[in-house]
Amino acid sequence: MTVLAIIWSILAAQIMIGLAMAFALYRMIKGPRAQDRILGLDTLYINAMLMLLTFGIRTANSIYFESALIVALIGFVSSIAFGKFLMRGEVIE
Amino acid sequence: MSHLTDLPTWAAVIVCGLVLLGAAIALVGSLGLLRLPDFYTRLHAPTLATSGGVILICTASMVCFAVLQNRWVFHEVLIIVFVIMTTPVTLMLLGQAALYRDRVEERRGVPLKQKPLPVETPEDGKE
Amino acid sequence: MRTWFPYPLLSLGLLIIWMLLNQSVAPGTIVMGTILGVSLAWVTLKLTPARSHPRRILLMLRFGASVFVDVIRSNIAVALVILRAGRRAPNSGFLTVDIDIEDENALALLACIMTATPGTAWLEYDRGRKSLLFHVLDMENEEVWINTVKRYEAGLKEMFA
Repeated sequence: MTVLAIIWSILAAQIMIGLAMAFALYRMIKGPRAQDRILGLDTLYINAMLMLLTFGIRTANSIYFESALIVALIGFVSSIAFGKFLMRGEVIE
Repeated sequence: MSHLTDLPTWAAVIVCGLVLLGAAIALVGSLGLLRLPDFYTRLHAPTLATSGGVILICTASMVCFAVLQNRWVFHEVLIIVFVIMTTPVTLMLLGQAALYRDRVEERRGVPLKQKPLPVETPEDGKE
Repeated sequence: MRTWFPYPLLSLGLLIIWMLLNQSVAPGTIVMGTILGVSLAWVTLKLTPARSHPRRILLMLRFGASVFVDVIRSNIAVALVILRAGRRAPNSGFLTVDIDIEDENALALLACIMTATPGTAWLEYDRGRKSLLFHVLDMENEEVWINTVKRYEAGLKEMFA
């Protein structure tokens, strides 16, 4: 009974996070201006990280934690690089 | 799904509640990205997912693994600290970039850059 | 002491991160973490970050607690604004406040707090005029937001004095 409840609620959470990823992806593709697209990308990777964490809870496998950490690290660096590019037209000055 | 049967009911309730609430907050944040009208208002939406969603889901993961493995598990704290420290930096940089681009394109409704104060140099008056 | 351990807090933080990543408190992990922490602190010496000396741990804890409460409250407020956004557009806008903080680390902390709180976003700080430009999502009354920023400023000044 408990197992069923937890599996269903994690599934519901995953559906919600998936929807959130879809919204962020829409903003990334549609976004009228470049900064909107980067904001969408930023939200997309954070939601992807949350999705990985829920997979980790569901399978009780701590390897998902490592990938979530790596997604967070690389996503931050890429967003910073994009933001810098928007401001100056160059990433490294 | 054998491992989850080891989870006692109280822990299952906590994990379910935290995961569902965190996912709902993340969903509302992304919905804001979809529905809000312009860039500067959209800038506020992702902080919902990062400050609310990440904290709640990481706490759920910590509780789940701590109860299952019967020891203290803290490494999800790293994700919380890291995300909380980095998102403001990203959003600040994006906000500044948007402001800069809007000023270059001379859009309306964007506050103009104030003129810098005149610098008082000691050489003044000698010439 | 300073030549060997230029940034003791940074070294300690790196050691703790290393131990968390390895999930162990074995002697080997602690030795490796200490070596990493101390050597990476030397690397940072080249960057010469601005030093500041925050004091009064109790004050910092109280400030952190008030920020935490503010974050929860504004999370709820922003969620409501987003859910209602279909019917009426939020009346957002730009505000300027005069902020008089000299310490660079205190300014950085203020920027991070304001951006991490949903509802306010830091945009630009003019060093010459000491004025801060920020964006507010739901401007019911401007006074409340300006007072919030002023409250943070007072708290940070007290901490970094």
